[in-house]
Amino acid sequence: MKVAISADGKNMESRVDTRFGRCGFFLIVDLDLDEFNVISNNSSANLSGGAGIQTAQSVIDSGVDSVITGHCGPKAFRALNAVDIKVFSCSDGTVKEAVENFKLHKLVQLQGSDVAGHWA
Amino acid sequence: MKIAIASGKGGTGKTTVAVNLALVLASKELLTSYCDCDVEAPNGHIFLKPDIEYRHTVSIPAPKVNMDLCDGCRACSDICRFSAIVVLKGEVLTYPELCHGCGGCRMVCSPNAIEEVDRAIGTVIVGNTNQLLYVAGRLNIGEASAVPLIRKVKSELPENGFSIIDAPPGTSCPVIETMRGVDYVLLVTEPTPFGLNDLRLAVETVRKLDLPFSVIINRSDIGNDDVEMYCGVEGIEVIARIPYSREIAEAYSRGDMLINHIPNQIELYSVLSDRLLEHVSSRVAV
Repeated sequence: MKVAISADGKNMESRVDTRFGRCGFFLIVDLDLDEFNVISNNSSANLSGGAGIQTAQSVIDSGVDSVITGHCGPKAFRALNAVDIKVFSCSDGTVKEAVENFKLHKLVQLQGSDVAGHWA
Repeated sequence: MKIAIASGKGGTGKTTVAVNLALVLASKELLTSYCDCDVEAPNGHIFLKPDIEYRHTVSIPAPKVNMDLCDGCRACSDICRFSAIVVLKGEVLTYPELCHGCGGCRMVCSPNAIEEVDRAIGTVIVGNTNQLLYVAGRLNIGEASAVPLIRKVKSELPENGFSIIDAPPGTSCPVIETMRGVDYVLLVTEPTPFGLNDLRLAVETVRKLDLPFSVIINRSDIGNDDVEMYCGVEGIEVIARIPYSREIAEAYSRGDMLINHIPNQIELYSVLSDRLLEHVSSRVAV
């Protein structure tokens, strides 16, 4: 099982970035193999609009089952939901702590977007 | 002859200048139109009180995907700059509210899985007062882009006579679309730091579009002299200065036309329109 965590850096000690579409990096953590790789979110984060959708696209392409982030807007949530990716909310802490809490089922799963979109 | 009234900063007096200037031109027996391109917050009708002749809905094409034909190649999502269409694990999602209606996704779809369906974005309104033609647009709430609607609104304007085009504030796409193809631009500003900052941006924009322009300083006796100095240094003509007056503010807040209620405003707009006519007629002769 693989999970994507929005982060402000490239390692397990980085902080969880509470922004989904405009975060700096995603750590793609493979829970079975206990290893991770990093994808940069630069190209999406700098879009004037549609950042959440483009970010969802790259997260989906990375083959994860779940996403851990702070907040998720309506457009990104719709994209993730369309391919059955679960979104878990985490407001603070390091990526490592987030993964541990996720394993212990301590993170809350979002049932819909929890912040408003920027346009509509 | 199309003249855009723009500003950069909001609330400087674009609409006040536009409606009064239009009415003065009309009173000189010139065929005149007033065109409200501030389609996100149109307000010219409050002053002109036109009789509406007709309204029609403006639509843009939005993609509709036939999943039986889609091969998941992603060409559509690659070409879309606005993320209005994405392909996710063979699933295609569209975000119509982000679609600018360019038709690019349909063109690049090799299995022809995409057709275009009309999506309403706003209304064009055409009417008249006793003296002039009134054309305006109203963007539907929640729409991201005013540009296609502004294009339609401008297409309603007659080729002959004078069209005074009330632009949206700012210097972004709706303003560019409003200014595109006009013969002259009047930039309305106020002598404040905000007014100057946004005037600079507006001047840069107009220069990039290579349009002749001049500046109107509204509430010219408040604030400081920085706008005057900027115009002097840049060699920009200040075509009119409108001093602040409580009388103007009161007439405005009642929705009254200044030139119908305040004697010195008739003189002011008459001089402005004469100067403007000199400018644009010499341009046309060239």
